Amino acid sequence: MPAVAFEHVSKRYSTGEHAAVKDCTLLVETGAFVVLLGPSGCGKTTLLKMVNRLIEPSEGRITVDGEDIHSLPETALRRRIGYVIQQVGLFPHMSVEQNIAVVPRLLHWPKERTSERTDALLELVGLPPDEYRRRRPRELSGGQQQRVGLARAIAADPAILLMDEPFGAIDAITRARLQDELLRIQAQVRKTVLFVTHDVEEALRLADVLVVMREGRILQAAHPRTILSQPADPFVAELVGASDLLRRLSLIPIGETMHPLPTGKPAELPIIERRESLRAALAKLLDSGGQSLIVVDSGVPAGLIELSDIYAAARQAPSAEALPA
Amino acid sequence: MSYIQAHQDQVLQLFLQHLQLAGTALGLALLIAFPVSIVIARYQHLYGPVIGVLDAIYTIPSLALLALLVPIIGIGRTPALIALVAYAQLILVRNIVTGLRGVSPAVVEAATGLGMNEAQALWRVRLPLALPVIIAGLRIATVAVIGIGTVAAFVDAGGLGTLLFNGVSQNDPAQIEAGALAIAVLAIMADLLLRLVEWWAGRAAGGTA
Repeated sequence: MPAVAFEHVSKRYSTGEHAAVKDCTLLVETGAFVVLLGPSGCGKTTLLKMVNRLIEPSEGRITVDGEDIHSLPETALRRRIGYVIQQVGLFPHMSVEQNIAVVPRLLHWPKERTSERTDALLELVGLPPDEYRRRRPRELSGGQQQRVGLARAIAADPAILLMDEPFGAIDAITRARLQDELLRIQAQVRKTVLFVTHDVEEALRLADVLVVMREGRILQAAHPRTILSQPADPFVAELVGASDLLRRLSLIPIGETMHPLPTGKPAELPIIERRESLRAALAKLLDSGGQSLIVVDSGVPAGLIELSDIYAAARQAPSAEALPA
Repeated sequence: MSYIQAHQDQVLQLFLQHLQLAGTALGLALLIAFPVSIVIARYQHLYGPVIGVLDAIYTIPSLALLALLVPIIGIGRTPALIALVAYAQLILVRNIVTGLRGVSPAVVEAATGLGMNEAQALWRVRLPLALPVIIAGLRIATVAVIGIGTVAAFVDAGGLGTLLFNGVSQNDPAQIEAGALAIAVLAIMADLLLRLVEWWAGRAAGGTA
């Protein structure tokens, strides 16, 4: 059963005759990190906000864990779904701790449980509780505010997390760090994430499933590598930069293309971590001037990768698990 | 000053009476202004008509309004309270609505998106954040009501206006000066006190946000 299912969902605003979202069908598997990507006005935010009923669809049906979202009261539904927005929207009159405790309070959690949870979440998002618990939002940097925004969204441990351009207003360096941390947190908490962005790099970096939208329609929904190698149409190809070989290589982990380590090979070769991408391997090869690298898995030699492997991977379309559109 | 020293008890009594009249009027005015403002903040098309009516009331000279009320209600505290409440409405409603509307849309969206219902979003988020603007309105209304309250003596509702009216009819400048001084002291005290509350509310609302 998909965690979230959109079935022929459309949204028309009475003011304009054009639909913001047109006949969108999408199944989101539990634990997937789904990124909705597209130019402004493509309907990605509208689609996202229909999940927690901040926007009501004109047609179609949305289910969460198999339940039609209209069978639940709005507030009950929203308390089960985490929500993070670009402007963060922390409550300025509350401390960091009180902000995080908003949903647990709405759910009448006992005080003890709430404060334990708050501390655990502050640790999780990298803000030491003793230092940050009592601060007001205005005493935090933009990046720290969004960390609190994330902690607040997952405070009551919702299975689904909606993120509407959460890093859109944050400088590039902090954004990259927050993306890394989000992936680390996601590996720990395994939410079903729907994430809206118009930043292609961000989308490719985060997505298990990339959903490309334009003018209210879903053009393609698949793993980022599939979209790069087999874009559904010229618009998708151009949007994601499918012709960019290096971008494609950056999505292929070395572990996938390496050979077993032959016996008796001299260990004089440069080394690279297994979880790095082929792009990183290529850069290292160009840098060293050699033909091959030793691949290590947390320091232990695990295999060998050669320049010819990278050529081969760049030429052939990588086989990728296509996902239902 | 000599008048006040010679008539300490009388001045003090009128001072307290004035304070009580103004306080009662402001309390009643707030009780009316809050629900009205919350409704207007929600149904924004009501803002124009309601403010229009309140604005019209505000332009009626206070003495004229009291004179109009006397044949209907008679004299005493009631017509004075009605007039003061009516004058305070414009200031209070305008400030409460402005305060509620001034809350950042992102904050309101977050409150809704996290699953607060309308009442929770109002009590836990919107009103606390609007409080500095609401207190500012209350301060302005208080000073206005203390000032306009002097006219209450005209309908026999007492207060420090009594000293002014008696001073004029008895041709007693000392009494007029005493009345004017006492009213000024009351207004300045109320203003300072509410400025303090306003500052505190601003801090509690988390500064500029």
